[in-house]
Amino acid sequence: MSAGEATAQAIPRPRRLPPPLACIGLAIVAIGLIMALLGPFLARHGAGELISERPFPAASWALPFGGDHLGRDVLSRLLHAAPVTIGLALGATTVGFVIGLTVGFFTAEVRGRTDTMITWILDILVSFPPKLIALIAIAGLGSSLPILIATLGFVHAPRVARVARAVAMNISAMDFVEAARARGESVLAVMVREIWPSARRPMAVEFGLRVTFSILVLSSLSFLGLGVQPPMTDWGSMVRENMSGIFLGTPAALIPALAIGILTVGINLVIDWIGGSSGRRLTEELSR
Amino acid sequence: MASLVLGRLLLGAVTLLVASLLVFAGTQALPGDVTTAILGNEATPETRAALVERLGLDHPIHVQYFEWAGRFLRGDLGLSLVNDVPVSRLLDLRLKNTFILALATIIVVVPLSLFLGLLCAAYPNGRLDSSISVVSLFLISLPEFLVGIILVLLFAVYWSVLPATSISGFRSFEHLVRALVLPVLTLTFAILAHMVRMTRAAMLEVMRAPYIEMALLKGASRSRIVLRHALPNALGPIINVIALNLGYLISGVVVVEVIFAYPGLGKLLVEAIGNRDLPLLQAVALIMVAAYIVFTLLADIVARLSNPRLRFKQ
Repeated sequence: MSAGEATAQAIPRPRRLPPPLACIGLAIVAIGLIMALLGPFLARHGAGELISERPFPAASWALPFGGDHLGRDVLSRLLHAAPVTIGLALGATTVGFVIGLTVGFFTAEVRGRTDTMITWILDILVSFPPKLIALIAIAGLGSSLPILIATLGFVHAPRVARVARAVAMNISAMDFVEAARARGESVLAVMVREIWPSARRPMAVEFGLRVTFSILVLSSLSFLGLGVQPPMTDWGSMVRENMSGIFLGTPAALIPALAIGILTVGINLVIDWIGGSSGRRLTEELSR
Repeated sequence: MASLVLGRLLLGAVTLLVASLLVFAGTQALPGDVTTAILGNEATPETRAALVERLGLDHPIHVQYFEWAGRFLRGDLGLSLVNDVPVSRLLDLRLKNTFILALATIIVVVPLSLFLGLLCAAYPNGRLDSSISVVSLFLISLPEFLVGIILVLLFAVYWSVLPATSISGFRSFEHLVRALVLPVLTLTFAILAHMVRMTRAAMLEVMRAPYIEMALLKGASRSRIVLRHALPNALGPIINVIALNLGYLISGVVVVEVIFAYPGLGKLLVEAIGNRDLPLLQAVALIMVAAYIVFTLLADIVARLSNPRLRFKQ
């Protein structure tokens, strides 16, 4: 074993680029993150700045993607809205992910009756249609950023918990975890120091899937006028505002919709590469 | 086996109960400014109080829930707050429209996805399979409104062969069909990839079995192996896939109906939320959630019954 390792270290393996589709995905994700961090600083015009008197001015050098229904610069608004779309999705996913991960690892580690109970509750929570639950919650509680994040977190948490439990179940049956338990480590210590390091890769894939899902649901909500409320804008609400322009053949609604689509495709390309095995995981476990 | 089905049904019943609680809690339990929403800012305290009493908003929460659930079970869905029309009458037409949309989508998407899925499974990792795999990865990631917008731009604006909205739709059968094409196409794009991939996976699972190799060795043709040997054993999982996607269709129609101004349940739901029309909102939400739960439950039961290993698992 040591000999094999030694040769593997002695001969540097040729550095291989990820497959082309994964490279495209990585580039898209990188651009998305840059837009989320720097978007508002890169925008030439303010989010509410009126550039043209007419609605839907055509694309030109000054307005690369044309103008929107009030004559504002679509590109600038796209950059201003990027932190909202991406930040909100990341925030909501993180909330659901942390809760789900904790519950999943915990129930896999304690097993027994607690596990049966929690699994049963998770089964019930998972059988609610996510988008409808979000709609109902927003109908009752109104639409604000904390509500959007909490609602999506509520949708994510049980689904993440089920995946985390399944992953942790396999790991916690291994000898090194058994050894840690025999040493008298606490449940928390086992969860954090023994299970988590081995669960990172599958859980990273799960996180990516959840981010995509968050982006799609949040954009759909904004598209329906029930997500991010004005004066704040995200890409979904930009689509909504400019839908009337579609019938005039202007791209003002298409551009933000494309931005959302390109970003989610990019994320999924990266996940597909990390998760390996040719999209199988993605398409079969992608819950809507 | 019976106990297993009963167990799932029990779980389904509990889920429905929790769902009704959620719908209730999400809407009625937080009256917010229902009175303002209905009567406007100018309303006098007296008219507000009268409305609160008429809606039973002054009763304790749990009493309100049982009153509401009881009326709902008796089929009394109440009056829509906005125009005092019985909710059931509003639902009637919209339900029918959504049913037509869903049915048309199923008629298109089920045979298509079966065909493509079987084709992929017949030549796994071949050129066709790989390209379908990449394309479906893209399609699965796209928001419905992007697909909808592109279809409208192409068919309604540039080529102007189809109507972009369904409002003027239903005067004749021909109008109905023309109005349905774009919404059905959008929904098809939304679920086709998922169904093809899952059909393929279900088939390949079966085709790993030794008896398929046996059939191959004895010289059976590929189409015969796929259709006669593998398909019957993959039917259970495939029906599971179809039922799951029917459930998805229920929430998928919301966005699609709004894009195309299609007068169905989904659009009604969004309108009800916009108007804070509680009785209408509760009825639509509960119907949609219940339909979703029933479909996923059906999918689960079919999957379990068709898999002997799950059937006899303790």
